[in-house]
Amino acid sequence: MFIISCPYCGEREQSEFKAGGEAHIVRPKQPTELSDDEWAEYLFMRKNIKGIQYERWNHIHGCRKWFNLVRDTSNDEIKSVYKMGEKPPSI
Amino acid sequence: MNKKYSIFSLIKNAFSYHENWEKAWKDPQPKKEYDAIIIGGGGHGLATAYYLAKKHQMNNIAVVEKGWIGGGNTGRNTTIIRSNYLWDASAGLYDHALKIWEGLSQELNYNVMFSQRGVMNLAHNLQDVRDLKRRTHANRLNGIDAVYLNTDQVKKFCPIINTSQSIRYPVLGGTLQRRAGTARHDAVAWGYARGADKMGVDIIQNCEVKSIKRNGDTVEGIETTRGFIKTNKIGVVAAGHSSVIANMAGLKLPLESKPLQALVSEPVKPIIDTVVMSNAVHAYVSQSDKGELVIGAGTDDYVSYSQKGSHDIVEGTLNAILELYPIFSRMRMLRQWGGIVDICPDASPIISKTSIKGLYFNCGWGTGGFKATPGSGDLFAHTIANDEPHKLNAAFNINRFVSGDLVDEHGAAAVAH
Repeated sequence: MFIISCPYCGEREQSEFKAGGEAHIVRPKQPTELSDDEWAEYLFMRKNIKGIQYERWNHIHGCRKWFNLVRDTSNDEIKSVYKMGEKPPSI
Repeated sequence: MNKKYSIFSLIKNAFSYHENWEKAWKDPQPKKEYDAIIIGGGGHGLATAYYLAKKHQMNNIAVVEKGWIGGGNTGRNTTIIRSNYLWDASAGLYDHALKIWEGLSQELNYNVMFSQRGVMNLAHNLQDVRDLKRRTHANRLNGIDAVYLNTDQVKKFCPIINTSQSIRYPVLGGTLQRRAGTARHDAVAWGYARGADKMGVDIIQNCEVKSIKRNGDTVEGIETTRGFIKTNKIGVVAAGHSSVIANMAGLKLPLESKPLQALVSEPVKPIIDTVVMSNAVHAYVSQSDKGELVIGAGTDDYVSYSQKGSHDIVEGTLNAILELYPIFSRMRMLRQWGGIVDICPDASPIISKTSIKGLYFNCGWGTGGFKATPGSGDLFAHTIANDEPHKLNAAFNINRFVSGDLVDEHGAAAVAH
């Protein structure tokens, strides 16, 4: 359990949030032209990093807005928070 | 080394105050080269090495483990064994394991304390009832023992359950697999380690893999904290850290690693002589031979390798436990811990070749790998030795995420994720 600083509401307990998985996976622009391998890559394959990971979260029990976190998955330490659409910080 | 354990060896060693037992496995230095290397010295990895040596005569092999054997999820799970999965592929896989469990202590000459005390799965709503009845029928068609129980039969089988229909999630029925049960998790790792060591397998502990050396699309060896080891077959059985090893080889897997928690109570006299699981309210409980209640909680929904989960997950599980078993209301919990489980999108494992020649993965067991330990080792050994899957694990190839031929077992996985 850790504290997440929602960019809209401030510091709240992690249990108020829903994790949305790896961030910056872009939806294919022309889905009809994708091969099965490319679909598998988009839908299922994940970096699942041990270390610094860019991820999406939703404050479901608060403002219900999506945002991004940079978190060290080896110790759950949060490095940075940024809004959707903002440029990801380099850590 | 490795004399047979028996009543006579027990008596003989009693005369020297049990101080002269031979070591159950050696502590060898890594050789320069092996015919195959298994990465990960948990139950699945040790079982793989055991069956490689026993059934495929591959004796010049090693198991490398970054910590100590059985120190990861093998030592952290709630030891439940069952095979009542829905789909034919899963039924084949898990029942293969269960059949090996039934003779494992004798085969290994090591008491894994396999106890067929039955596993009961509860239904709490109409959809649960329908799903569990369907699963019972599917199980029976696959030759797996399963019966559906109504509320009275549930109460009769496990009298401490609160079957009042006025609780928030009343017990409407359940299924029972009598051949299912529990085993002693550490003993499984130790028994397989001893058996593998006896056949010449090197079990190398405190040896962390740092990189995988490739020559084009073929593996050449592993760089470890104890030096470079050459091999052209690598079997990865690294559970929560599978993706970390995959990244070293330049592969991506369809896995997410998440914390899964469990907890045990103070020891008490025998009170529950079976295993009861409930998916809907997320509570499952059994009692260890020491008398502790062994309770499994759920996974957190975020990726983490920290081996600790959130308190609200434990609280949710204990709320459910207390509603179902009011008798436990004054029990105190002794220990609580987390393990990192690698979860596949379809809640089924991967036992498969990869696009890299000589690199094999056995992963994605998620929240329910312990039950499959012997079968997983047997089938993975077959896959490595023959460079092609056994018919029982053919469906669990990594390519199913491309073909779409998934084995969706979210309903039969005890932990919702």
